[in-house]
Amino acid sequence: MAVSNTMTAPAKPAASREEAASFLIKRHRFRAAEALPWLIAIAVYFIFPDRMTFGSQVLVMIMFALSLDLILGYAGIVTLGHAAFFGIGAYTVGLGAAKLGWTEPVSGLFAAAIVAGLVGFMTGWFLLRYRGLTLLMLTLATAIMLQEAGNLRSDLSGGYDGLPGLTFDPLFGKFDYDLYGHTYYIYALVALAVVFYVVRRIVYSPFGAALTGIRENVRRMHAIGSPVHGRLVMVYTIAAAIAGIAGALFTQTNAYVTLTVFDFDNSAKVMVMLILGGTGRLYGAFLGAAVYMILEDHLSKLSPTFWQFGIGLLLVLAVLFARRGLMGLIEDAAKFVAKRRQS
Amino acid sequence: MPHVANIAVSILFDGLAYAMFLFITSVGLSVTMGLMNFVNLAHGAFAMAGGYIVVTLTRTLGIDFVPSLIIASVLVGIISIPFERGLYRRLYKATDLEQVLLTIGLAFMAIATFTYFYGPIPKSVPLPTWLQGDINLGFRAFPSYRAFLIVLGVILIVVLWYVFERTNIGAKIRAAVDNRRMAESVGINVDRLFTLTFAVGSGLAALGGGLAIQLFGLTPYFAVLYLVLFLIVVAVGGLGSLKGTLLAALVLGVFDTAGKYLFADAGGFFIYAVTVVVLLIKPAGFYGRE
Repeated sequence: MAVSNTMTAPAKPAASREEAASFLIKRHRFRAAEALPWLIAIAVYFIFPDRMTFGSQVLVMIMFALSLDLILGYAGIVTLGHAAFFGIGAYTVGLGAAKLGWTEPVSGLFAAAIVAGLVGFMTGWFLLRYRGLTLLMLTLATAIMLQEAGNLRSDLSGGYDGLPGLTFDPLFGKFDYDLYGHTYYIYALVALAVVFYVVRRIVYSPFGAALTGIRENVRRMHAIGSPVHGRLVMVYTIAAAIAGIAGALFTQTNAYVTLTVFDFDNSAKVMVMLILGGTGRLYGAFLGAAVYMILEDHLSKLSPTFWQFGIGLLLVLAVLFARRGLMGLIEDAAKFVAKRRQS
Repeated sequence: MPHVANIAVSILFDGLAYAMFLFITSVGLSVTMGLMNFVNLAHGAFAMAGGYIVVTLTRTLGIDFVPSLIIASVLVGIISIPFERGLYRRLYKATDLEQVLLTIGLAFMAIATFTYFYGPIPKSVPLPTWLQGDINLGFRAFPSYRAFLIVLGVILIVVLWYVFERTNIGAKIRAAVDNRRMAESVGINVDRLFTLTFAVGSGLAALGGGLAIQLFGLTPYFAVLYLVLFLIVVAVGGLGSLKGTLLAALVLGVFDTAGKYLFADAGGFFIYAVTVVVLLIKPAGFYGRE
């Protein structure tokens, strides 16, 4: 044993080191399979022209789940209050249109990103020093306090009745919104593509590698001198801004917004979507949000009670048997097929 | 100014009754979280189950309210054991996130199951005559039910304090919360201890659920609606601390009642503001270990 070890030892690490290096060099490159979700999204536009409103809602939730993936999947921050930023984005656009007459949609998205990002920066700077249950409670309390604050000023926010019947300008002054939401779908898809590109760049940057390091071993990151708190606040701010954009799109596509966007249910729902799809995998958000929304759409029509039981069961099963979500299952299947072919 | 004094007494009395409810329901959660560091978001579901068992026992079977409460807590305590043995046990070493997801999943399933059998309409419970109306304490009258809650809460506090501080079992629990490995190495069976405290904690939650029907009404959403409150009590009090849970329940109960009395519009704002302030200053809660 010892002899054979010394014989093969020098050769093996070199090979695996080369392998690891080439993996690191190549991992940010676009793969052919990555075109698939986008092709499906475009195909949906032509196949289901009468379900475009639902389609845009799915795209909005994908973006929301993607923002959570950035902090939960990559940086390992467990939050129960991510709906806070979705809600802030939704209300930035809603209040802007209802009270200030700011009805230009694209600049609305930027405004929502800035406001939500600012709130994310301020709360993150305070909260991210904490971990575990304390952090869970603090993020949860933040979202509920925002909701209560909105309820307190129901003269502004419209309370739980919301701000109905908002109208927005045609896109770039040209493309008007039609009854079936075709324009909205394209609009949401383009916004998602831009956001996705940014998130992908972040994830594969040195900054993204530092985040993964923090998730895997905080102490070691501290020990090698990584500015852990600053990095966490930064990614929290970015995720908040993206959730804000998702919220703004939500308001624009629905043309109304109510205080229920801040609900604990909303925070839990987006987490369930992400877990279902798979965390820390980028496309987990796509798969999870789409599967969840489509299942919900079909099953909750049959019976909302049945649907709720089903989603609970799915969560329990996912935790017990498929901790890496649907994407994890797909990866396993792909590995299995590849192995079969080799042998 | 008799008027101001009157309001102050009302706030204190109602706040105290509310605090007792919070304490009874949360204390089990605090001890189990302190023992195993397990984030149990299904705790509210056990409380809700207790409430519905009380409804069935009193409405359908015609058993009195107080015996129903006892039967419900014992039943839920027993029912909780297979959950702990079969499901929770697998995840003691898992991350916070996985524990959160499993227990949220269980809570969703519980909500759906109880909605299926009992419907979404709020349930009430018939009270015996001695718990209805007011009780006169000489200087003013108080609602009997809240007085009952306070008396019951005080009795439970004394009993729990005795068990915790003066019995062998209590000493073992404190040792295990303090340092689990050390407790195991001196021969304490922490696993069995945990199953026991989990069952007792779930039973107490069921008692709290039964008591809550008269205060808030009972719907299946009780499981998540008040869960946030229980978790806040636990986090503010400090995991695994009886004293901390009591102090947190008192502070939050009185603050919340005062907030609702004095500023009706601000509603639940106060309880969260207090939580955030306490946790920012003392991240591990009043009596938690840093």
